[in-house]
Formats: sequence, C-alpha cells, structure tokens
Amino acid sequence: MAINTNIEETSPELERLKKLYADKGFVVTSINNLINWARTGSLHWMTFGLACCAVEMMHVGTPRYDVERFGAAPRASPRHADVLIVAGTLTNKMAAALRKAYDQMPEPRYVISMGSCANGGGYYHYSYSVVRGCDRIIPVDVYVPGCPPTAEGLLYGLLQLQKKIRREGNIKR
Amino acid sequence: MSEQIEMAKAAIEKNCKLNDIDVNLGQLQLSVDPANLILVIDFVKNDPSCEFKQITDIAGVDFPENEKRFEVIYHFLSFRFNLRLRVKTQISEEESLPSITSIFPAANWFEREAFDMYGITFTDHPDLRRILTDYGFEGYPLRKDFPLTGNVEIRYDEIDKKIVHEPVKLQQDFRNFDIQSPWEGTKYLNKEAKESE
Repeated sequence: MAINTNIEETSPELERLKKLYADKGFVVTSINNLINWARTGSLHWMTFGLACCAVEMMHVGTPRYDVERFGAAPRASPRHADVLIVAGTLTNKMAAALRKAYDQMPEPRYVISMGSCANGGGYYHYSYSVVRGCDRIIPVDVYVPGCPPTAEGLLYGLLQLQKKIRREGNIKR
Repeated sequence: MSEQIEMAKAAIEKNCKLNDIDVNLGQLQLSVDPANLILVIDFVKNDPSCEFKQITDIAGVDFPENEKRFEVIYHFLSFRFNLRLRVKTQISEEESLPSITSIFPAANWFEREAFDMYGITFTDHPDLRRILTDYGFEGYPLRKDFPLTGNVEIRYDEIDKKIVHEPVKLQQDFRNFDIQSPWEGTKYLNKEAKESE
C-alpha cells in the first residue's frame, strides 16, 4: 500500500485544515495516527498463564486495576488476540504449544514477557526442563521484570507497549 | 489410635513375609522384598484390621553407592482407622518391580512417574511411558548421575520453522552460593578453573 508515512504533523497546510474544521465537529489527523489510536486502544490479550504470574495477570483484568479502560480485554483464543502475555515458567514441553498459539495470532501481533521465568528462566534457569527465556521461542516486544511483577507492573508494561506502537506503528507490514 | 496401630501391626506381622516392621512418628513402616510386594499390599488393603484403601503416593530414592540402587516407597492411607503406612522395597537398576495397578488402579500414574524420573520399570503395567518430561526426552532426571541442566536445550529455528534441540550451552555460569562473607561476593566456577590452570 503506497501511503506516505512521513507527513509533517505540524505543516502549515494541516494546521489550516485543522482550524477550518475544528468548530464544525470534525477532527483532522493523519491515517497513521488514526490507525495507531485504534490499535493501542484495543490491545486484546491472549491469556497464556503458565504459573503464579497468571494470578497477577488476572488482577490486571479485575476492577481495581481495570485494564479494560485502556480497551484491553482477555481473549480465550489466539485468533482474536493482538497481544500475547507469557505469564510464567515456559517449560520445554510447553514451548511447541506457545509457538503454535503465537503462529495463530493475526498480524499485527505483540508479545509481553511477564516475570523472571519468561524473561530468562529466572529461578529455574539451570533446570533441565525449562526454556531459558521465552524469547528463544517467540519474538518479545516488552519485558516486565519481577517475580511475579505486580499488577501495576504489568499494566505499566502494557502502557509501554502502547508507547512502542505509537512510536513505530504504521500501516506498512 | 495407638491400639489400632498395634492391631494393624500384629495382623501384618502374622500374615506377611517382611524384612522389617516399625512404628515411626505414629506411622507404620514396612520393609519387604520385591517378590513379596504384591501379597503384602493386597493384604494391607483388604485385611479388616488394616484397610489401607487409598494409595497416597509412590516415591523413589536413588542411592548410587548401594548394590540395590533404588528404593521405592509406597504410601498408603486407611481412612477407616485414620492410619498411614509406608512400604519400602529396594531394587537394582536391572531388576523391575511388579506393578500394583491390579490392586490400586490409582497407582498407574505414580508408577509412570517413577519410571519417568528414575527409570524404574514395572512389570504388567498397562501403559508404562513417560508422564512429565518432554516428548522424546532422554535420561532419567532424578537419578544422581543426571546433570542438573540436562543434556539438551531448545529454541525456535527461524529457517526450519520448528523447535530444535541443541546441546546445552549456558550463557550464565553456575554460581557458588556457599558465601562465607557477603562482602567478598561470589566466586564463579569457570573463573576458578581458569585460575588453577
């Protein structure tokens, strides 16, 4: 798709258009901004709870932290999801299933690695049965440290992911 | 409760071939030969003064220095008399134990676990295959001679589009956590080996 992605946001012409339509009930913006707004505002997450981190991931969805105010809702199927949260220890036996779930997600897809075990094996780094970091299996966008990270920590990670999408996201694949 | 222990103990002593019988921390403990295992377990399940109707667990222990390397411990619970029982038996690496799935169907997965972790084989088991470790896993991880980090590690290969197994290559050295002084920090094993060369 041939779309110029380098529009000057503050060009005089854009300012003129903005002024022209501002009090007539219209908003003028670039298509990139619109797409990023839509993407960051509906980060539906695939629940991949593998251990105790999954409990903190549940807290994020409950009314106290209420991640749904950012438009993120838990999805049971990877085919509905935009972001995969790997919450917990990834074992060798589970790795193939994780990759399969990731492969089923539609583009654009993002991955949050949550907790020490998913980041680098953590407590089980030297174990014979644990993958030393889920980035050996799937590409990761945001790492959330902690054992387990607090619900606020994961929420902050999600906001960081939104920031990342806003910075580099565009319609090009 | 001690009365019931004594009754159960007397009944087992009278009717079973045992190597040893003992009461430890209010729990019965037997030691038997593998050949007598089935008879003993069948007896303690069905005898009216025992009624150990539930199997709690089957545990394995590895003693590489012993001639009979593995110790297998069967844990039972009698809810009729609120008693617990341990039955111990020893086998070598080449021998195999009789499966008790015909008496306790619940022992099926416990025996699979013992097979998975120690390589202890059970004769007449209906489905003796690995239960916990990865598909195609090699070795028995709870044996003392199994390396802590195992022999293979996995990663996703972008070219082959599949998960591949490779020999273990640790990015982070093993650390020596036996620290005498918290101010002197940790000694790294690889560094020590280099210095001694």
